[in-house]
Amino acid sequence: MTAMCDVAFLLLTFFILTAKPKIDDPSHATVPPSTYMIPVADANMITLSVGQDKVFFSVSEQDVRKEALGVMGAKYGVSFTPEEQQRFAVTPIFGVPMARLKAFLDTEPTQLKDFPQTGIPSDTTNNSELYNWIFTARQAEVGLHQKLLNVSIKADRGELYPKVNEVISILGKQKLFKFDLITSLKTASNK
Amino acid sequence: MAELDTSGGGKHKGGKIRSKKSSTRVDLTAMVDLAFLLITFFMYTTTLQKPKAMNLAMPDNSVKTSQLAIAASRSMTILLGSHNKVEWYMGEAGKSAPTVDNFGKDGLRKAILENKQKVADTHTGEEKLMEVVIKPSDKSTYQDLVATLDEMKITDIHIYAIVKISALELGDLQKNGLQ
Repeated sequence: MTAMCDVAFLLLTFFILTAKPKIDDPSHATVPPSTYMIPVADANMITLSVGQDKVFFSVSEQDVRKEALGVMGAKYGVSFTPEEQQRFAVTPIFGVPMARLKAFLDTEPTQLKDFPQTGIPSDTTNNSELYNWIFTARQAEVGLHQKLLNVSIKADRGELYPKVNEVISILGKQKLFKFDLITSLKTASNK
Repeated sequence: MAELDTSGGGKHKGGKIRSKKSSTRVDLTAMVDLAFLLITFFMYTTTLQKPKAMNLAMPDNSVKTSQLAIAASRSMTILLGSHNKVEWYMGEAGKSAPTVDNFGKDGLRKAILENKQKVADTHTGEEKLMEVVIKPSDKSTYQDLVATLDEMKITDIHIYAIVKISALELGDLQKNGLQ
């Protein structure tokens, strides 16, 4: 009994220490396999999830989220209450246009799953919401931590190329030419 | 297991006063149950396998002067069509008929390796390296793009770029029913 108890607690400690909660990704993107083995960084990341023709935005730092929300709110003429700002800071990923962001943040966390997330509007002009979100988040990161954010794209296998190209060209407009494509590890090398 | 001592212990009439020796074993069942419950919980909620990434560098299209011309004799163009199929040709568009191919070990990879060898045989010095131009069509999927970029790594191609597809090439994809 004592031995079993010891093992159980050892495992428990291991899992607690290595635990990183799974983020519920509303894009439901299943990433394609590749043989690349470069691990994805956890911090200082912008992750753009692309699935079902929608783009979702995620930045890893809470203070950057808050700062970016303030700048974006001022830009689009939406003011957020401190509660809404706080809730945005703990929202790991979202995909709603600015016009509906307030409603999204006012929804009870238990009902958020049913909130229709239509994706962040993105087109290849220099002033799309996605462009501004990426831009303000990068600025906020430089302002708060004096660091540069890495960008990674997590797109679904079946996503058609034009949507992916749109995201890549938005990054290109900000002179971001190096980024990561998140893939899963392909086990057998001969597909 | 430890049992609860309910005998009341202590004093016996007229006898010696003996301290009761209680068992040092503690009942661990409940604790172990809880520990395993928590283990199960953490196992389900953690992502053990960290996601992997492929790094991609797109050409800086804001600087027009840094663009290099591609030598036709050592360039291979891969057109990504629909239905997980590709077309590829060597040299200039329209000059040679594209070959329709599948992904995978016996498809695209074999073609790339063969062409790479051909280029290495017919060129000398720095020109020995083959250049690959990847042109995804609007009907191709992200998985095809990643698979093609992955082939670049597998076949050890260092010079490659993703380029916009031309109307001529789109027409050819259409002819082969890949658009």
